[in-house]
Amino acid sequence: MISWANFVSQLFNGLASGALLALISSGLTIIYGTLGVLNLAHGAMFMLGGYAGYVAYHATGSFVIAVVAGALFMVAFGALVERVIIRSFYDRPPEDQILVTFGIGIVIVELVRLGFGSLTMSVPPPSWAAGVTPMGFLIYPTYRIVVLAIAAAALGVLYIVLYRTRLGMIVRAGIEDSGMVGMLGINVYRVFMLVFGIGAMAAGFAGIVNAPVVSLTPDIGDGILVQTFVVVVIGGVGSFPGAILGGLIAGEILSLTSMVDPAYSEVMLFVVMTLVLLLRPQGLLGLKGRA
Amino acid sequence: METNRRGGLSRRAVLLGSVQTAAGLAAAAAFPGLAWAAEEPPIGTWPAGSAGDSVFIGISVPRTGTYAVQGEDELKGYMLAVDHLNSGDPLMKAISPNIKKGVLGKTVKFGVADSEAKPNTAVQEQSRFISENKAVLITGATSSAVAVALNKFAQREKVLYVTGISGSNDTTGKDCVRYGFRQCFYGQTAAAAIAPVLVKAIGKNKKVAYLTPDYTYGHTVQKSMEDYLKPAGWTTVTNQVAPLGAPDYSPYLLNIANSGADVLLNVNWGHDAVLSTQQAKQFGILAKQKLVFPYQIPFIAKEVGPDVTAGVLAATDFWWTLQDKFPVAKMFVTAFEKKYGYKPEWTAESAYMSFAMWADAVERAGTFYPPAVIKAFEAGAKIQGMVGEEWMRGADHQMVHPVVIVRGKAPSDMKSPDDYWEVMEIVPGEGVMQAPDAFGCKLGDYT
Repeated sequence: MISWANFVSQLFNGLASGALLALISSGLTIIYGTLGVLNLAHGAMFMLGGYAGYVAYHATGSFVIAVVAGALFMVAFGALVERVIIRSFYDRPPEDQILVTFGIGIVIVELVRLGFGSLTMSVPPPSWAAGVTPMGFLIYPTYRIVVLAIAAAALGVLYIVLYRTRLGMIVRAGIEDSGMVGMLGINVYRVFMLVFGIGAMAAGFAGIVNAPVVSLTPDIGDGILVQTFVVVVIGGVGSFPGAILGGLIAGEILSLTSMVDPAYSEVMLFVVMTLVLLLRPQGLLGLKGRA
Repeated sequence: METNRRGGLSRRAVLLGSVQTAAGLAAAAAFPGLAWAAEEPPIGTWPAGSAGDSVFIGISVPRTGTYAVQGEDELKGYMLAVDHLNSGDPLMKAISPNIKKGVLGKTVKFGVADSEAKPNTAVQEQSRFISENKAVLITGATSSAVAVALNKFAQREKVLYVTGISGSNDTTGKDCVRYGFRQCFYGQTAAAAIAPVLVKAIGKNKKVAYLTPDYTYGHTVQKSMEDYLKPAGWTTVTNQVAPLGAPDYSPYLLNIANSGADVLLNVNWGHDAVLSTQQAKQFGILAKQKLVFPYQIPFIAKEVGPDVTAGVLAATDFWWTLQDKFPVAKMFVTAFEKKYGYKPEWTAESAYMSFAMWADAVERAGTFYPPAVIKAFEAGAKIQGMVGEEWMRGADHQMVHPVVIVRGKAPSDMKSPDDYWEVMEIVPGEGVMQAPDAFGCKLGDYT
């Protein structure tokens, strides 16, 4: 259904959903770029963040506290997973790393199912962001606009951390050559633990913020994980700006294709990914020879 | 894996043997041509699967993924039915006096596997139940894609399959098989039953937007609704087809918001239906378009909240308040709630009835020999369902039984926490079914 009004609506929607995808993907790409571990539990961490926010919301009744508490929980959870499990896998072949993160994902999902069941859990949006906002000829849920703003702000904070702080400098140096960073007397493992925590938080934070939009079941991470991988491949594996660009592109593909034929919007995502892999295997903003 | 065991005392075995002989003699009277099926060459898991003092049923339902909630309810229906078959519960006897304690005197055991609503997974699990446990019956779907795959698998393996939950016309239409049987309602009967109610409630000449899951269930239900609404001047302004388990419905919903539709027919099911309905509300669509569920989604009112489902019309198989009218339903709801602590949805009801109709057919056949059981099914004997009499249509293996039209109650009208729907109409089954060959059903061979 192509009309001018619908085109503008979908363009905006692509931006909103793309920003969220970018945030989740940035976590995946930071972890891979720094630790060299492909985190297949990333979808489960997105889901876990949502449930952490749900618990905090129902304990305090405050959405803001829920977001903050959930985010802190996810940093701690990510750091713990790195310290207890992932650390033993740095020297093992990539297939072992993939298997262990895949397994962690299954365990998280099933533990949440055990605790909460499969029925949908809802977190209402904060009262000031409920309802719809008329934007010219486009009516859009107010809370989704808030999500767009929050995701953009969170990406901004991540950018500052990565490019304007000492920690960021170490992380970026670690991406280039972690051995050299270690030789310079920096405790690489402590940085790795923190990076895994931040990566888990990016996914979990997106999960909390997105909870009022999607409502929670233990399986919501599955579909997101697939889309996140597509985003990272399009943008360039291990590249933070690539994750943002890839996220926005993916959001727009999903939205704009649905106007022409909704059945093909997921398909188009993979078509574009394939094209990128054929024409620029390192991804749009990836560096050659790194991934 | 859960199994029900019974000790193997030799005296009991002798007694059981005599019961079986009696049953065999009774069957000989009813089906003279089949009485000595024991002389037939082995087929499928017969006779190995029923040689001992128990028989095994392979159950594969989705316990994870989009249809997990419905799959669990379906499983509970199956488990209650197995309990009742093994204990000779009065409810089973009320459904059919042919059903005794055990099935042909044998204890029913079962194994459960998570199909994830994926055809490949379901087929793998069922082949394990057939090779390792010599399953005499396989069951479970909650996705028509799985039902169609298991239909074909059952026909190939020559092991009986009762569908469980499947709403596609194809299951007993173009993908029907001799070894597959469906108890529940489906796209065609849902559409034929609910369309007149919709036209009466909403009016003629309306513009419709569809939200359709992209597989056989979605496509056939959407098509049936369109066919039945067309004569009243209802036109389709958009059909938003989305993949199973879509993480976000915003692009589809924007198209619907901009389509100018009067009515939103949400064909999605399971969590897809929950998510798309909640998001339709977020986009302000439900304030402008009247929401309809052509194929009722169990637990949807609980999950999205009765304020959203208030006034929503839906076609379904069963709703628990029918117990006020039907004694069999009352027995079922009471037994189910006692065991599981909540009111059963139609997924559990249809699962329970699926096992009851199988037990009835086996008892009438007097043997587990699959071709004889199939012929017993095809004889179309009536059993007492939860909403009145029902029987198997021999030509396409589809159970004939009523479709129930319900309307969501406003929170203020609910008399108890589970009182989400009000039964509007009970539409008799015969009138809403297509001719058995209208969807291209060719059943295939007995052997």
